[in-house]
Amino acid sequence: MPHKVISLISVGRHPQSGRSRRADQDSRAVELGLKLAGTDLDVVHAGNAEEPVLRQYAGMGLQKVTVLEQTETADAIPALSSYLKAEKADIVLTGVRSESGESSGMTPYLLAEQLGWPIVARVADIVEIKDGEAQVLLALPRGQRRQVTVKLPFIASIDNAAQAARQSAFGPGLRAKMDTQTGSTEEDNVRVNWSEAPAKARPKRLKVVKAKTAADRFKAATAKPQGGLGKVMKNESAQEKAQAIFDLLIEEKVIR
Amino acid sequence: MSDIIRRDPRAEWIMRNRLHPLHEQYASQEEGGEVRGPSGLIRKFPHKVGFIGPNGIKRIDRLKGNATAPKGKRSAAAQEVQLPLHKVDSPDYYIMMVADMVGGRLTGHDKDILGLAHKLIVEQGGNGAVVAVCFGEVKEDNFDTAGVDRVLHIEGEAFEGYAPEARVQALTKVEAQYSVKHWLFPDSIHGGCDLASRLAARLGERPATQAWQVNAEQSVSRGASASLDITRQTPKILMLLEECADAIDETRHEATPMFLDDVSVAAATIKDKGLIAVDPNAIPMAEAEFILSAGNGIHNWDQFHEASKVLGATEGASRVAVDDGFMPRSRQVGATGTWVTARVYVAVGISGAIQHMQGIGQVDKVVAINTDAGCDMVKRAALSVIGDSEEILAELMKLVAEHKQTSLSDQAEENSNAA
Repeated sequence: MPHKVISLISVGRHPQSGRSRRADQDSRAVELGLKLAGTDLDVVHAGNAEEPVLRQYAGMGLQKVTVLEQTETADAIPALSSYLKAEKADIVLTGVRSESGESSGMTPYLLAEQLGWPIVARVADIVEIKDGEAQVLLALPRGQRRQVTVKLPFIASIDNAAQAARQSAFGPGLRAKMDTQTGSTEEDNVRVNWSEAPAKARPKRLKVVKAKTAADRFKAATAKPQGGLGKVMKNESAQEKAQAIFDLLIEEKVIR
Repeated sequence: MSDIIRRDPRAEWIMRNRLHPLHEQYASQEEGGEVRGPSGLIRKFPHKVGFIGPNGIKRIDRLKGNATAPKGKRSAAAQEVQLPLHKVDSPDYYIMMVADMVGGRLTGHDKDILGLAHKLIVEQGGNGAVVAVCFGEVKEDNFDTAGVDRVLHIEGEAFEGYAPEARVQALTKVEAQYSVKHWLFPDSIHGGCDLASRLAARLGERPATQAWQVNAEQSVSRGASASLDITRQTPKILMLLEECADAIDETRHEATPMFLDDVSVAAATIKDKGLIAVDPNAIPMAEAEFILSAGNGIHNWDQFHEASKVLGATEGASRVAVDDGFMPRSRQVGATGTWVTARVYVAVGISGAIQHMQGIGQVDKVVAINTDAGCDMVKRAALSVIGDSEEILAELMKLVAEHKQTSLSDQAEENSNAA
């Protein structure tokens, strides 16, 4: 039985030029969706149906893009959650953080809370779906991977470690259908009270030497590696030395 | 405090002045006391007089030690500076700081946030306490100097490994049991961001993410992929960026343990299947966790490559090894190469040029294998082994292979028991 896979997409922002583009993580989510469901993938956007960026997503080989039409200040969560419920989705893929707006990264969590589904964060790949259970690879810091299994339906946020999105084709993108539905009209009232400004550069932290005496300050300025802190093994046998290193590696859990 | 030898002018002056009432005492201190014969006369052993100079000739000090300073140094003894203790009795509210605890220890990011928590308490007034909430194994010894008033260590098998669901359930119970004013999380990829988002969704709070300038009233956070500063009222749940405040360094704190009454959790829907083995050499060197690095002291390169494979370590190299063509340029660690952030760095046959030491500045634990006990790498290392690297690597590989065999057979046994 094919599974219903839905990828949620948003409008991205190019890091240098600031122009709108297809968001990096969202396009990876579409790529993973295409891998899982092929052309049956449903791609959903809550916002403006006229947005040209949606054509860039559609150019990845999508027949149509579903748009829940709503204003920019409207809350996307109610519209998306009712859509996902109605469509009986099995797997919902999103990015970790949007590239425009508040970019709090809360969308998948709020959807999961409303629908009562599990959320798997920072997914690198979905390896296999079997017997209503998915094997998911999570991207951990330092290039590590963790495997988890989760029951369908679930929401996954896709990390930058997932497979990069394919190139977008201009013509097919233009020809794709925009399936427009009405979104929510609920305004985001909290955000009205915020003030937004272009980001200021963060001040660099200064290295302050809190020395009380001149001798201490001199020492701090001319510090050289001090001996005597670590353990030195000289006269033991090679076996004992290797054992000491091995114990340290085990203690630090770099050897499992 | 310091090991500087300080002169004692008063003692020197007494030594010079034979009529001073304390002269005897100081002079005998210097010479090791006078010897009196049976009749009470002072006896001197003539052959003991003097000392052998640098070129082997006996020198006699006719000044009778009057020119030298007394040996008793007046330098202050090295004493531990005891920081003042910050005490919080029966706090009105708590600020919960959920620490990442990478490798069981507080990260620099965690410490910055603890500093921010104390800043918030000062601004808000009232009797507040900062609580460090930690899960899983804890190896940290310095909670007190990091600014932790209370430690809430939530233990149990359900919270080990990857268990965000169990952890968020525990946090909601903490919320119910204690009066929490703020939840502070590191906005990090080590799980802080994930846990905070889950808690915010569960409690129905709107968090400030990527916050970097926070006071009691307002917080500034980044939005739109860090191109926007959003100023808003400080919410209950905050996810903070690195360097959001200065860490605590002038006070000591109680770090008394706190307890959660009910730690039972529902069964997890996400099941952890453990870490997957990845090719260590495919990990970018700057973020590799465990690096085995080779220098001029390596002669058997085949063995080194095999060792890195057996240990599961990412390979690194010093400049000499790269210049000699044994390793590719992309593997060079140091000022010209990559600045690594590994937790464990094993330097085999690297003496530690300053350019190389710069490259490993952020490394936690350095292990040095070297033939020279006096080199800089040995001074930097937490564990140094002096000896032939080939022999030691061979022994180490043997140990790791044995360990892997036993753990494999243990696993097989467990599986057969389970079946």
